[in-house]
Amino acid sequence: MSVPTATDWSPLWISLETSLTATLITLVAGLAAAAWRERRSGPAMAFVDGVCLLPLVLPPTVVGFFLLLLFGRNGPLGKLLLKMGTTVVFSWPATVIAAAVVSFPLMYLTARAALEQVDARLLEAARTIGASEWRVFHEIALPLAWPGVLAGTILSFARALGEFGATLMLAGNIPGRTATIPIAIYFAVEADDMRSAVAWCAADVAISLALLSGLYYWTHAQGPARWARR
Amino acid sequence: MALEVQIEKKLAEFALNVKFSADDAPLAILGPSGSGKTMLLRCIAGIERPNRGRIVLGDRVLLDTERRVRVPARDRRVGMLFQHYALFPHRTVAENVAFGLQSLSTGERDSRVRSLLERAHARELAERYPRQLSGGEQQRVALARALAVEPEALLLDEPLSALDTHLRSQMEAQLHETFRVYRGPALLVTHNLEEAYRLSERLLVLSRGRVAALGPREEVFRHPPSVEVARLTGCKNFSRALAISGDTIEASDWGCQLRVKQAFSRPPAHVGIRAHHIDFAESSGGAPTEDNVFPCWLVRSSETPFRITLYLRLHKPADESGSYDLQAEVFKEKWERFRNHPLPWHVRLSADSLFLMPE
Repeated sequence: MSVPTATDWSPLWISLETSLTATLITLVAGLAAAAWRERRSGPAMAFVDGVCLLPLVLPPTVVGFFLLLLFGRNGPLGKLLLKMGTTVVFSWPATVIAAAVVSFPLMYLTARAALEQVDARLLEAARTIGASEWRVFHEIALPLAWPGVLAGTILSFARALGEFGATLMLAGNIPGRTATIPIAIYFAVEADDMRSAVAWCAADVAISLALLSGLYYWTHAQGPARWARR
Repeated sequence: MALEVQIEKKLAEFALNVKFSADDAPLAILGPSGSGKTMLLRCIAGIERPNRGRIVLGDRVLLDTERRVRVPARDRRVGMLFQHYALFPHRTVAENVAFGLQSLSTGERDSRVRSLLERAHARELAERYPRQLSGGEQQRVALARALAVEPEALLLDEPLSALDTHLRSQMEAQLHETFRVYRGPALLVTHNLEEAYRLSERLLVLSRGRVAALGPREEVFRHPPSVEVARLTGCKNFSRALAISGDTIEASDWGCQLRVKQAFSRPPAHVGIRAHHIDFAESSGGAPTEDNVFPCWLVRSSETPFRITLYLRLHKPADESGSYDLQAEVFKEKWERFRNHPLPWHVRLSADSLFLMPE
């Protein structure tokens, strides 16, 4: 197993590509799940909430282990993919799957909170003037919940960028293919390559800090949207 | 077009259980807060699901729980004006009004929006956002938005309650105009009885989810069927009543016998008189010989700019308890004439003004 050197930039690109793709998936899936959940209530929904939030509290290695069982050669999804002539374990898509699953709860939580805050009467008013449920969602609920949804997206991206445990379990450390920044750091330390480790750590801190500061600037310093001003 | 409503819905404290119909004239639904008025409108609009019932608008069945028919809100063509207007804050006034006009071409839509805003006296507001509007402006826009889709029934939930007093009469005039032009059943929910009376010739009184009275407004005000309805229509004076003969009753809470005009088919349970119907026999001194005239003592009074409310005790001087039997309301000019007369005064509960209630 070779160790990426400081001049090998592949972990940065892999990390960015993985996080971006995973965030896109998480955004759509998290928003859909939150919107679906928003219209329902009852004890069964508490279970749904639990399942959706599980990846947030479980150790990433546990999440990775379950994903391995699911996507492995004998797992239900693994078998299905094998029939289609492909496999995802220890490949780039595996880094995306791991990052998406781990960041999903953040998106789900923030999207739900944001959608819940939208005044229900606005949605009702839209329905009484003939709007379909799709229009109610994407023309009223979503624009009004957008600041929260955007915050969730940024948080999810940051989480995806930092994903390590589940990624290692499902995607392994294949330099140039599945070795993201956190994985590069781990193996650099293991190989006693402190220079690389420090460089990648600095890169990770810089990207995350930029993202989080950007998020706070956007939500606080920017001030309210045009329509919210008097 | 007629709107027939018959619904049952369990609420936290009681069950909403109403049956009524409305035609093209406006119908005011009067009731204290928490009587189920808003819930009733929400059920008709299709926002809430009644447990059981049937709603028919013209020849369309909007709800029939027995036949499992439940038309969704978007297909009901029932316009609703929400209490706080519920304008979309991220859309301009013109976009709010245009929201329901998706099916029209851009050109048609724009000209419809222009004429709707024109009619709502809100043309100059077209490019503003709801937060930049006053309460009255918001209401005009919300009404225009609801009317844009040409609803076959119109539901107004406390349309004036969010407005300052000086704006109210102005908006009330505009509602009057809307009702005059609007063809279709219009339900107006309010807890303000004068507003209800002015805006609609028919009244439905709702109390704890049930129809306590329904009919022409004069009828409901003149012959309320129960103390509850009488109180909701602003009556302040009640006594338990017992029939003694065909035209005389014993008013036990007032400790007197009263001659009445109203023929009673069912034995009366209560008698009532409105505060402004109480008259004073101005001749001072001497025992009253007339029917329905009784000595009374002033307990306290409270003033408004033109009138005074007198809290009176019958038959006995006022004591520390401050208890009183009657509230009388008189114009100050009249009060000036007898305020210095020595007590007791003599109150006249005219047979024309007394009304009997079977409940």
